[in-house]
Amino acid sequence: MTQAQTAHIDPHLIPTLEEVSDPEIPVLTVLDLGVIREAVEQNGLIKIKLTPTYSGCPAMDVIGDDLTAAFAKQGKKVEVDLVLAPAWSTDWISEKGLRKMEEYGIARPLKESADKEALLGNKKLVKCTNCGSTNTHLVSQFGSTACKALFQCDDCQEPFDYFKCLK
Amino acid sequence: MNNKDLYNYILGIADNSLILGQRLGELCGHGPTLETDIAGTNISLDLIGQTRSYYQYAAKIQGEGKSEDDIAFLRLERDYKNVLLVEQPNTHFGYVMGRQYLFDVYHLLLMQGLANSADETLAAIAKKGIKEVSYHKRFSGDWVKRLGDGTEESNEKMQEAIDDLWTYTDELFDLTESDEKMISEGIGVDASAFKNQYYDEVTALLKEANLQVPEGKYFIRGGKKGVHSEHMGYLLADLQYMQRTYPNMEW
Ligand SMILES: [Zn+2]
Repeated sequence: MTQAQTAHIDPHLIPTLEEVSDPEIPVLTVLDLGVIREAVEQNGLIKIKLTPTYSGCPAMDVIGDDLTAAFAKQGKKVEVDLVLAPAWSTDWISEKGLRKMEEYGIARPLKESADKEALLGNKKLVKCTNCGSTNTHLVSQFGSTACKALFQCDDCQEPFDYFKCLK
Repeated sequence: MNNKDLYNYILGIADNSLILGQRLGELCGHGPTLETDIAGTNISLDLIGQTRSYYQYAAKIQGEGKSEDDIAFLRLERDYKNVLLVEQPNTHFGYVMGRQYLFDVYHLLLMQGLANSADETLAAIAKKGIKEVSYHKRFSGDWVKRLGDGTEESNEKMQEAIDDLWTYTDELFDLTESDEKMISEGIGVDASAFKNQYYDEVTALLKEANLQVPEGKYFIRGGKKGVHSEHMGYLLADLQYMQRTYPNMEW
């Protein structure tokens, strides 16, 4: 399911929400990432339900502050609630978001079973973001942030991040 | 429902994550390679993140206007309910991975049970945690295998770590009074029920890793009751330093 199918977002809030991006992957807006579970305006107060990608993701505090600041520019007050259920999944990243992520140099999450094979080093499935080759290998299961693993391309030698599948 | 028991039950789970997260955090910048360093801090971050969710909920249940930070930083040693296993020091990398693996297998089984808790908040934290903990277990299990099945020296060191840490595993399955009350209400998970499953899984991996399964029947316990090892005071001194020195400081 995509974010649009499951999250309730007042359409008039979308332009402002699109101004707020993930501080660690700045090309992705919070809508691309699928972390906004609800955004509604009631009696002048904007209520936003935010779900973390990972439990300890430090970006969540920053995103909360950025949302407050973005609406404050319009003189609007925001109340941000952190919700844990249902747990965020990489399936909630929009197709547009996945494309932007790849252009930015982060390989998109594979489907669950393929992801497992790739991270166990059983199969070469992750595509190099530099040359497109799948002749790549896992360097580390943990990358620069909790959501990523580190890969290297065996054709062009480029090291790159892979966004791990989370379901 | 008795709030005191629920509060104690939550802390019993959360303190394990906090203390192990703190232990792993100590390695930040000191890992044997860049990749393992980053992995350790990533796992630490997941654990501290889970801890925050638990403590926020515990603070609400307690209803005394305290914050997650009060619970993390302003308790005395005897009030921490973590098992002895997670407070054991980072003696060498084999210990770090051995401790992690012995805890991860337990942690995942516990989270899988907690995901079905009658308490919605705990179930939600667990469902999120399962994804993270599965990943931790894959990482630590891989390292136990790699070191156990590696060189003569790495096998020896890994074996030493497993032999020492093994004595702390039995405590994982002890039930406190609060645990028993919460189990009877469908909120808590009966860890004693998956004890055999735990040892079967760990034993299979140790054999695969070319390691001996310790046969000793002497186990050390006490953490769940607040009776900690000599290492705990030093760990807390580090953890609580800022709040003790500058009370109520924020950043
Ligand atoms: Zn390449």
